[in-house]
Amino acid sequence: MTDILLKVRHVSVDFPLQKDIVHAVRDVSFDLRRGETLCVVGESGSGKSVTARAVMQLVAEPGRIVAGQVHLAGPDGDTDIVALGNRGAAIRAIRGRRIAMIFQEPMTSLSPVHTIGQQIIEMIRLHEKIDKADARRRAAQLLDRVRIPDPEAALDRYAFEFSGGMRQRAMIAMALSCNPEILIADEPTTALDVTTQAEILALIRGLQQERGMAVLFITHDMGVVAQIADRVLVMYQGRMIEEAGVFDLFAKPREAYTRALLGSVLKLESPGPRPVRPQTEQAVMAISDLCLHFPLGQRARAGGSVKAVDGVSLTINTGETVGIVGESGSGKTTLGRTLLRIYPPTSGQVTYTRDDGSKVDIATLSKTQMKALYGEVRMVFQDPHASLNPRMTIARIIAEPLRINTALSDREIRDRVGQLLERVGMPTDIGDRYPHAFSGGQRQRIAIARAIALRPRLIVADEPTSALDVSLRHQVLDLMRDLQTDYGLSYLFISHDIAVVRYFCDRVAVMKNGRIVEIGDVAQICEHPGHPYTKALIGAVPRPDPTLRPDVQIRVQA
Amino acid sequence: MTAPVPPSDGADLLDRQTAAGSLHAAGQWALIWHKFRRHKVAYASLILVGLIYLVALFAEALAPSDPGKFDPRYTFAPPQAISLFAPDGAGGTRFVPHVTGFDITLDQQSFRRVFVPDPDQIIPIGLFVRGDPYRMWGLFDTDLHLIGPLDPGQPMFLLGADRLGRDLLSRIIHGTRVSMSIGLVGVGLSLFIGMVLGGVSGYYGGLTDRAIQRVIEFIRSIPTIPLWLGLAAAMPKEWPPLQVYFAILVILSLVGWTEIARVVRGRFLSLRTEDFVIAARLDGVSEYRLIMTHMMPSLYSHIIAAITLAIPNMILAETALSFLGLGLQPPIVSWGVLLQDTQNLRAITQAPWLFAPGVVVVVAVLALNFLGDGLRDAADPYEK
Repeated sequence: MTDILLKVRHVSVDFPLQKDIVHAVRDVSFDLRRGETLCVVGESGSGKSVTARAVMQLVAEPGRIVAGQVHLAGPDGDTDIVALGNRGAAIRAIRGRRIAMIFQEPMTSLSPVHTIGQQIIEMIRLHEKIDKADARRRAAQLLDRVRIPDPEAALDRYAFEFSGGMRQRAMIAMALSCNPEILIADEPTTALDVTTQAEILALIRGLQQERGMAVLFITHDMGVVAQIADRVLVMYQGRMIEEAGVFDLFAKPREAYTRALLGSVLKLESPGPRPVRPQTEQAVMAISDLCLHFPLGQRARAGGSVKAVDGVSLTINTGETVGIVGESGSGKTTLGRTLLRIYPPTSGQVTYTRDDGSKVDIATLSKTQMKALYGEVRMVFQDPHASLNPRMTIARIIAEPLRINTALSDREIRDRVGQLLERVGMPTDIGDRYPHAFSGGQRQRIAIARAIALRPRLIVADEPTSALDVSLRHQVLDLMRDLQTDYGLSYLFISHDIAVVRYFCDRVAVMKNGRIVEIGDVAQICEHPGHPYTKALIGAVPRPDPTLRPDVQIRVQA
Repeated sequence: MTAPVPPSDGADLLDRQTAAGSLHAAGQWALIWHKFRRHKVAYASLILVGLIYLVALFAEALAPSDPGKFDPRYTFAPPQAISLFAPDGAGGTRFVPHVTGFDITLDQQSFRRVFVPDPDQIIPIGLFVRGDPYRMWGLFDTDLHLIGPLDPGQPMFLLGADRLGRDLLSRIIHGTRVSMSIGLVGVGLSLFIGMVLGGVSGYYGGLTDRAIQRVIEFIRSIPTIPLWLGLAAAMPKEWPPLQVYFAILVILSLVGWTEIARVVRGRFLSLRTEDFVIAARLDGVSEYRLIMTHMMPSLYSHIIAAITLAIPNMILAETALSFLGLGLQPPIVSWGVLLQDTQNLRAITQAPWLFAPGVVVVVAVLALNFLGDGLRDAADPYEK
């Protein structure tokens, strides 16, 4: 038996649409060896997930594998998975038993109406003729292997009782239940917080070394690649661009696309050029002891509440960018929305200094008084697909704040929309199109054009780059910085991504459970974090440099 | 999984989109139409529903005779088939579109008329013939019918005749107008109540929402047939038929608005927290404009689907009421009124063609349901 477990040869996958055919994967070939981790990396739409699914004959309708072979080595010679078709006993015997898969969304890939135990036991009993008690014992051992505490009790719990990281562990346990030779992991950590991501990566790495599994790891994150890959396959528009060992790839990428991809990642690794701060700071917004408590349904009368924002004090100076980092559920998005009174605060003050020097407390303003501020304090949302009305043309979307808040004539508004589009680097003649005609990066530019239409003084940017591919992130950030220099804008920049914050912000506040645990200059926080939580957060960020990899013998920790 | 999209963010993408043409600048209606066209059954249903409404619109001209015209000689006359050729008397055939007349004998035991088609009696028929006079849309008098016997005195019953010897086809065609318009107007009324109350409920939420929802639940918990019976029984007997027609409409919509109110409320609830609605609020948009220009356009398509699915319920309700004798009363002709004739055994044994209005109800309701289904699927062109 050779060392090569899986030979993928000239595989192409097509998605026939109404009029044309999308070639999602074109002529991809690679080998997967026993005990190795092959990372397939690429931006959204590069065909990396489709490639992984083709290996298991799981390509979604209407996609079809139109060419190529996938040879799975076995004791009695190779089996061509492509020839098996996507249904029937032969392919089912391979799925789950010889090749297992874990998915990006642990919430949607586990059944909410069956216990974790039922799902794992079913998986075991599908492939092996053993009785229920034995299967249950096996399942408990598996949960123990993936470091789920009290595995016996966990078997009888449901997926929704687990956190995201725990669910992904349960998913891994299920995938391992039949000792597969190959594990396909399709962005298994993308939906998780960085600290949880580090744990899951360590777990996969540890299990792989213990069992000698081959891992096909799909990701868009070069940091993760550097942490886990042995070899890397770079994909772009359905084609293989480059295949190399992980150290070679990061040290001397051969292809221009790989270099560009690495370049945009590395660009975010160091602080971007920032204007020098003036000697005397002028506060544009001073938040003091802001609280927002959501009452908890039945227990509201007993005083039960979720403290989404719990006594936050923060000052944003004119022309400054203040970052807020934290994991999901830390209250950073809620804080940003409270500043614009999308949620009314429970207590505290938000003192905003207007252009003429007068001060107002946003926390206590009436609705009509607040309306006057909407032109000065603006917001950019995370998902540009959701924040642009799909029923309105681009011109109407950008013109809306102008139409409401200014007395400009239709002609003047049209000219202004053209200028704004030009300012954010978009062609000026696209006004009559709808948002669905644009990619994520273009839509975010349009959303920024809407935000700056009224010449605001402060923009609350809620994860404006997280929905974008890495090569677009610094473009959007650079645009935002240019606008800052032009208009003297201040930003409150909310993000979970330390790299982006370091690139873009002057100061950064770290949030946890609704509180700010640490605040300071961005360089100081990133290089010498003081608070243990900040340390853990920064330590868990996968750095795009394989030489920084922790010892290969990572201890799998709970 | 989403369909792969080109990842590049540059000019090439824009160029390709320009080349790809209209879809990228297409508004929501164009996208909905594009998606709807691919739903074959719904598309066929759309055509069928369109035809049915055309029939309703041109009922007088399409019906071969007046729906009230009766002829005791032809009580329960069976349907006649149309033939195109007749013997010319010289051994050959000639082209004469015709129906054959009847040889009527009286069964002395049961006192029943027995109709035997008599191939010698040729009743020539034609298109655009002169027949019973009528007033088209109340505008002008004419007597032109799309199809009918060349001699108005001769019998032509393509779908048979009822117990008074009235032409069933003509009555069904006239019934189409009443039944289909009850559906449309009734839903229009429900839509108004449903949109206002559902919109208020979904947009403001809280106590208002809870109050309106309890009212809806209460109305829906009342068994509909007894409720209609009660309301219909409360109508004074001396009301003219037209007034009864509108009273029935109001009764049906007072019950029917709840479904639409729920659809509208659900959409409002989910739209309220969408980023683009929050963004519009942060643009300083007034509440009225927020609802009318930012939220409503996302609702139109769903509302149209809800309407299409509500019309068949209205039609069925009217049919049921009229069938029970509590809805519309003769001389108004609706499908339900026509089906009253099938309440006895004699209809089943002797004149099964009297069930034809029932078949028409089934076809119309099915077509509307398929159409509504297709519209609902196409309603959100951004859903995969």
